[in-house]
Amino acid sequence: MNHLKAVNRKARAIEAIHEEQDVVALQGTQGPRNPEGPHIPLGCSFVFAPGWEVDSTGSTAGLCQPVERDLYDCYVTCFWPIHVPDLYNHAPDWTSKCAAAQQDWRKIDLIFP
Amino acid sequence: MLLRRGEYHRFIADGSPHVYLVPSAAVFRLDNASTAILDALGDDDVAPHDLEGRLADRFPLADVRDTITELLSSRAIRSVDAPLPVVRAELPKKRIPLTTLVLNVTSKCNLSCKYCYEYGEDRISEPVSKPRFMNEQTARDSVDFMFAESGDQKRVHLTFFGGETLLNFKVLQSALTYAKERAEVLGKEVDASLTTNATLLREEIIDWMIENDIGVTVSMDGAREQQDELRVFSNGMGSYDLIVPKVKELLRRHTSRPIGARVTLTKNNLKVREIYRHLKEELGFYEVGFAPVTTSWQRDYAIQNEGFEYMLEEFQALAQEFLATSLEGRHHGFSNVRDTLDEIHKGVAKAYPCGAGIGLLGVATDGDVALCHRFAGSDTHKLGTVVGGIDHARQDDYLLKHHIANKTDCATCWARSLCAGGCYHEANTRYGSTEAPNLHYCDWIRRWSATCLEVYATLSARRPDFLRQFEA
Repeated sequence: MNHLKAVNRKARAIEAIHEEQDVVALQGTQGPRNPEGPHIPLGCSFVFAPGWEVDSTGSTAGLCQPVERDLYDCYVTCFWPIHVPDLYNHAPDWTSKCAAAQQDWRKIDLIFP
Repeated sequence: MLLRRGEYHRFIADGSPHVYLVPSAAVFRLDNASTAILDALGDDDVAPHDLEGRLADRFPLADVRDTITELLSSRAIRSVDAPLPVVRAELPKKRIPLTTLVLNVTSKCNLSCKYCYEYGEDRISEPVSKPRFMNEQTARDSVDFMFAESGDQKRVHLTFFGGETLLNFKVLQSALTYAKERAEVLGKEVDASLTTNATLLREEIIDWMIENDIGVTVSMDGAREQQDELRVFSNGMGSYDLIVPKVKELLRRHTSRPIGARVTLTKNNLKVREIYRHLKEELGFYEVGFAPVTTSWQRDYAIQNEGFEYMLEEFQALAQEFLATSLEGRHHGFSNVRDTLDEIHKGVAKAYPCGAGIGLLGVATDGDVALCHRFAGSDTHKLGTVVGGIDHARQDDYLLKHHIANKTDCATCWARSLCAGGCYHEANTRYGSTEAPNLHYCDWIRRWSATCLEVYATLSARRPDFLRQFEA
């Protein structure tokens, strides 16, 4: 911190968390500081999306949500940076032509860094 | 989004603005930008871009934004939309081991101090049904109980209390010998201390104290005129002249541990600095701690409003002496300040005012276990027996009921992390319930906490080495 100067031990602990910006610690209840807290999942595992799965026949047609929706679960709600372009800086318009994922997913373009 | 001030107490120390945050108990020094933001915010709800606009002529935009982030991150300010964390009374995640056991080895005393809670008009123990002296077997059972409840704690503290502890010197000796034997077998360490009125000190006892490295606290109220007003024998004779040579002998010979005096302040005995000077400088105690007498408000020795005001002025003046002496790198013996500095340094945010019923328990002469030594012998505040162990259902019930979350009056007080409602015994005597917060000294505690924060932050800026003693 630059504007608040930690004076006592508790203030230094707050400062360390601020500097760390640790995504796991920021979940609040679990992390290296508090190993015994309950694990509160975030992201795709929390919203019950089908994920990279198949239905009972081995295909993707019978999933409760169209498989193409996974795309949005990965890049909107999940903090884990996988398989999708950086929509904040590099490719903000990446999905602009994709109004409904299950119909328009083919319109999503390839992105090159 | 609107921003709102968090809970805090702001103060100036060593010429710089500081903030003490509640409930985290963190202390931060503020720079100009953070001071300006807290000032601009005041008690209103303000949008960040409004704040940026108001401060645009004084600080670069990036600075203001950074500072807002830092203030949010430390919870000095918060977003109005963000839900406030709800404090709920809940039990500690793990059972807290016993670290200190106070043995009331006797309820008898050779003095008849008029304000005594063990004897006086406000007593709560059941003297009729209890033996006056703890016997050797109960003392041994207490030692076994202490080790059994100490969990994985390596070091345990055994404290002897009374009545006058030295009236039962034989049991003190055998209890400590037994505790040391057991500690050896169990691979633990035992630290022993006692409180005495010093009237019965003699060579053999001082030898025993030295040999066993006993921590000693002497209950003493000051110079002759202060001591002899209330600390008297049953015939009314004062105790000062009897104890002074004994105290001097103790201080001269027993040098391995710092010996403290513990002063009870009453309506007519409030000259804290004068008492301090006598006990510290003339008699040579290492430190002196003060506490106002615990009493119903109507007793004639009870401190009234103007007395509390005077006592605070005295405390504050002595705290300034503490600061000046410490800045020079010398020892000052005002232990009330030192204890509070220790808590501020660690950032203690209390759910309970003290360790009573948690890490500390008191044992009555018959082996009944109570919240602390002040409740030893009271059947209402019993938490078990040394033979049968702690009644964990009662202990849990007690912990839930006394949690700071249940003290509604404390919910908006910035000093609650340090005070947590204050002494249970004081509350029980004043309000008839251990669960009541001690509302009669709220303002006093806030002002005293403010003084201690100023002393702390000044030492932190100018003598950080001084604070190293609190790192342990």
